[in-house]
This record gives sequence, C-alpha cells and structure tokens, in this order.
Amino acid sequence: MVVRLLLEITDLAVEVNGKEILKDIDLYIDKGETHVLLGPNGSGKSTLFMAMLGFPKYRVIRGEIIFKEEDITNMTTTERVELGLGVSFQNPPAIRGVKLKDLLNIESSKKGSKPASEELDPETIALAEKLNFSDQFLERDVNLGFSGGEVKRSEILQLLAQEPDFIMFDEPDSGVDIENVELLAEEINVLLDKDKKPGLREKSGLLITHLGYILNFVGANTAHVLMDGRIACSGDPNEILEDIRKEGFKGCVECCGIH
Amino acid sequence: MLRNTLERAEKAKKKKAALGEDVDIEKFEGEEAGEHEEIESLKELPDKYQKSLLKVGVDPSEAGRAGSFLQVDQSKVCSNCQSEAIELMGLPQALEKYDWVKDYMWNAVPVDTDKYTAKTALGEPGGYFIRSLPGTKEVFPIQACMFISDEKVAQTAHNIIIAEENSELHIITGCSTGSDVQSAMHVGVSEFYLKKGAKITFTMVHNWAEQVEVRPRTGVILDDDTTYISNYILTSPVNTIQTYPTAYCQGENSKVVFQSILGGQKDSVLDAGSRAILTGKNSSAEMITRAVSKDESQIYTRGHLAGKSPDVRGHLECMGLVLSDDSLIYSVPELEGSSTDLELSHEAAVGKIAEEEVLYLMSRGLTEDEAASMIVKGFLSMDIAGLPPELAAETKRMIDLSIQGM
Repeated sequence: MVVRLLLEITDLAVEVNGKEILKDIDLYIDKGETHVLLGPNGSGKSTLFMAMLGFPKYRVIRGEIIFKEEDITNMTTTERVELGLGVSFQNPPAIRGVKLKDLLNIESSKKGSKPASEELDPETIALAEKLNFSDQFLERDVNLGFSGGEVKRSEILQLLAQEPDFIMFDEPDSGVDIENVELLAEEINVLLDKDKKPGLREKSGLLITHLGYILNFVGANTAHVLMDGRIACSGDPNEILEDIRKEGFKGCVECCGIH
Repeated sequence: MLRNTLERAEKAKKKKAALGEDVDIEKFEGEEAGEHEEIESLKELPDKYQKSLLKVGVDPSEAGRAGSFLQVDQSKVCSNCQSEAIELMGLPQALEKYDWVKDYMWNAVPVDTDKYTAKTALGEPGGYFIRSLPGTKEVFPIQACMFISDEKVAQTAHNIIIAEENSELHIITGCSTGSDVQSAMHVGVSEFYLKKGAKITFTMVHNWAEQVEVRPRTGVILDDDTTYISNYILTSPVNTIQTYPTAYCQGENSKVVFQSILGGQKDSVLDAGSRAILTGKNSSAEMITRAVSKDESQIYTRGHLAGKSPDVRGHLECMGLVLSDDSLIYSVPELEGSSTDLELSHEAAVGKIAEEEVLYLMSRGLTEDEAASMIVKGFLSMDIAGLPPELAAETKRMIDLSIQGM
C-alpha cells in the first residue's frame, strides 16, 4: 500500500496575542483529496490558515503539522511554500510598485528553477488569458484597486503559475459575481487535478468557506465544521451542508454528537 | 559680467549656505577650462567613461537624443546638437554669440545666495546653454553630463536653459565621477526660463563617488501657461548633497511638478527639497518624494509651498521607509498661505515596510529578504508623469537601473 497521506495535523493548538484560538485540531488529508472547512465567523478558520503558513503572530503551542512526511511546524513560510504549500488569500494586501507580472515571473521561475526574466513565458500568458486578464492588467500593481473578483482571479492565476501540491483557499468565492465563480471554480478544479480520475489525483486542497457556495462547482471528499477553535464535526460534505442549512452551525454540530 | 554682479559675488565668498553642512571649498582644486580636449561625439570617449555615463542615463551612442553635452571637470569636452529646434552650446560660447544672454544670468538664482554661487560666478567659466526656439516641440531629449575625472576637483557649472514661447524641451542630465575618484566637489547653478506656453521636463540622475560634496543651485521662472517638470533620482552613496530648487510660478496657469526618488546608503547625508512660490493667478505646484534610508544614511526631505495669490493650488507628498536603526528620514513640509481662496495641502508618512506585504510575498515563495527588496524597489519606482512615451520608457529604465542597488 502506497502512503497517500499528505497532510497530518495532530493535536494542534495555536495562540494569537496570548489567547488560545485553536485547540486540539486533528486533520488528515490524503493525496488527491479536497476537504472543506466550514464554520461561522470567528470560529478560527483564518487562524488555521495563517498558522499553516507559519505567520509569526500565530504561535503553535502544542501539536505538530506534518506535510509530505516532513515536520513543518517550525519552518518559515518560505520553506513551507518551497515544499509545495500554496494559498489563495481572502483579502491580500496591495503592494505599490510591484506588478502582478513581476510576481508571476518569480512564481513560475521558482517552480522550474528557470532564471527569472523580464518577460512572461508563453505558458503563463496563456493562463492569464484563460482567466480573462489582459496584458495591460498584468502591468498593474498587485491588488491595488482590484475589484473583488479581480483579486480572486489574480490569486488563482498566481497559484496556476506556482503549481503547489497542497492548496488552501480562504473564501475563494466571497465578493465574486456568479459568472466569475464558475470561471474560478473551473481553474480551482484544474489546480486540484479534478479532471483526473480520483485514484490518479496528485494535488490536494482545503477550501475554507462559511457559505459553501463554491461547493456547487468544486467537489469535496470530506467536510469539517470548526466551532470555537475545535473541529466539532466531520463527514460527507453534502450531508453536513444540508444540516447547516436546516439547523445552522450549532444545530449541525449537535447532530454530529461529538460535543 | 556686470561689475555689480561681481561685487555681490565677492561679498558672498564666505557666506555659508542656509542649509547643509558647510563645505571647505579650499580643500578642493579648481581646474582650467581648456584642460581636456574636445571631441565631436560621446562615442569617442574611452570605454570606462562610457560605462559611467550609461549608469546615469546618458547614452554615449547618442541614439534617440536631440543633442549631447559633456563637461569633464571644468572643460567643455563635447557639445553637439542634431535638432533644428534647439540651440545647445557652452555658456561662454552663448555669451559671445548673443549679447542678450547676459540678461538671463543670475535672475532665477541670486549670485550672492551663498559661497557656492559666488564661487561659480568668480571662478573659471563652465556649464551649458540650451534654448528651444519659439513654437518648436522636439520629442527627443538633450542629454547633458557633468563628469568629474580627477581627485579633489572642484567642478562648477552655470547652466542657462530657455524655452521660448510655445516650445517644448526635454532634458536628461547625468552627473557622475570617474571610478578612481573618491573625493570631489560639484556646484551646478541652473537657471530655467519658461516663456508663455512653454514646457520643460528635466530629469536628473546623480551617481557620485562616496566622498563627493554636491551643491546644486536651481531656480525656475515660469511665465503664463507654462509647465516645468523636474525628476530627480539619487540612490548611490555620496558624502553630502544639499539642494533646494525654487520655482517662481509668476505666470497665470503656470504649473510646476517636482518628483524625487532618494535612496540613502552608507553614511550619505541627503538634504533635498523643493520650493514653489505661487504668485501667478491659478498657478499650481505638486511635489512628490519617495525616500528610503539604509545603513547610516540621513535624508532630509523638505518642501515649501508659498501661495501668494488667489486660486493657487499646491500639494506636497513625502513617503519614507526607514530600513535601518542607524539611518534617519526627516521630513519638513511647509505650507504658507498668504491670500484667500487658495488650497495647499501636504501628506507625509515615514515608517517601515508593511509586515503584511512581506508575508504575502513569502507566501508566494520569496524569502524575507527577497520580499523586502521587491517592496522597496516597488516603493521607489514611481510613475513619472508628463513625459512623451519614448522618454517615459527611457526614464523608467533609468529609475529601474538606479534602484537596483537598493
């Protein structure tokens, strides 16, 4: 039996500014799987996202994160990304003077150990076209004055240039109109190998969402509900979503009977 | 020169400048005006000089340039102009050729401003004369270079730039030192005169050696419906620079824009300001500075907007990043309103690189250092407005080249 386990989060506790936000998180994701993390605002979803990235403010006080059989708990953000972690931010910062094109160039060069050049390679240009970005748009300062949909498409485009093995999407559909959600979902499916048969998928993902609308377009294997910093419930995404719609997050968790 | 002017200069010989460290002029030696041989074109320069010129945006191939001027130490080494719209020559030649040029001397910059202007007036002649003829619009820039080739040289230049009525003139200047020069002094007096409807853009890149003292003295006089745009770029180490160009917006609807990119390295002291005296009805001024301090550098960025008649507008913006504990950015914005119905404003922020931005780039695989460097370069690479497309692209290249070392 081949090892398919890609990410193991065991007994993870994270504090922010001295306050324990995440408690006893256990989360296992196999190669080729997509999980979804649901939960109300303030339940700790973003904290898990930032802690996975190793941002300094998010201090791991217990537990460990194993990714591709390596303990990444104390690695820098850069090292984690080099190992194959990718992220799409909900509200990324605008950086004056740094063009989207420059970023894409660096991202695609890091992937293939190609030297970074002034001009984009044809592959990346084709990806940009697929996401409805013009040449002129790529010349803009990253995220500066982008619309909600443009921010999300730019995040996905950068991930396509990076080709990570495991991707966390933080609210990939918030602030995006319906037309663009479908376009985004299509590319998220490409990023997660959804065009391949389940057994042949190599890429994995974690979709973080509080509405679950994106699940109409991107299939997930398992859903987890985060409540008060704990994973309160895990199971079939459709059933859990149905429960949440009917009973709210609280009701859903009670159904799970874990608490 | 008029005897009165010389007398005033004589009296100001020991007058310290209002700002900046006082430089002991006696420590440096003046060169003779005829010391270096003249050449027809910059292409004839030795390779090592050509490289220094390229670094400050002066292209020795002279491609895409309306003309070229080079002063080495105190000698006019090259002056050629292909454009029929522009006259370019050394200032001494212009004074010989035209009786009226003397009337432009020391009007925009008073001769007794300080000992540096006095020295320029009393010492060996130098500098250039550029004049765009009435109604002409040359899209290619004139390139001018002030170059110091020898140790301990005191270089002075007096430049007179005139844009005649309804003409448009673009100038790129680069100032540099030979690779074996460590210590020297440069004083450049530049006087700009814009006649009705004229426009001048003046883009200057400085790349001096680490022990050079630089004291530019600039004055700009603007008539009705004129536009003057100055871009100043300095990112390499230098000993001290003190400059405070002043624009006199006397004409109706005259407009001045000062944009500066300052990068402090090593123990450089940069004291760079800009001043606009808005007396013309509906005249306006805009000043934008981006400053980054590293190592033990000190950057003083000053701005002074003086609104003296109704309906004038001015805005001053200074953004600074302090990258080391031993460096300093000191921003001094001054607004002076002495009339009704005017609008003057300023906006300044001095701080550190936003951590959020660094983390974002690290999440894309950049190391912390790569991320910080990318943010700093982005911060400094401001878009320069008001240039024709070819020149805008060229200026962008000049800026990119200058900020590579930051």
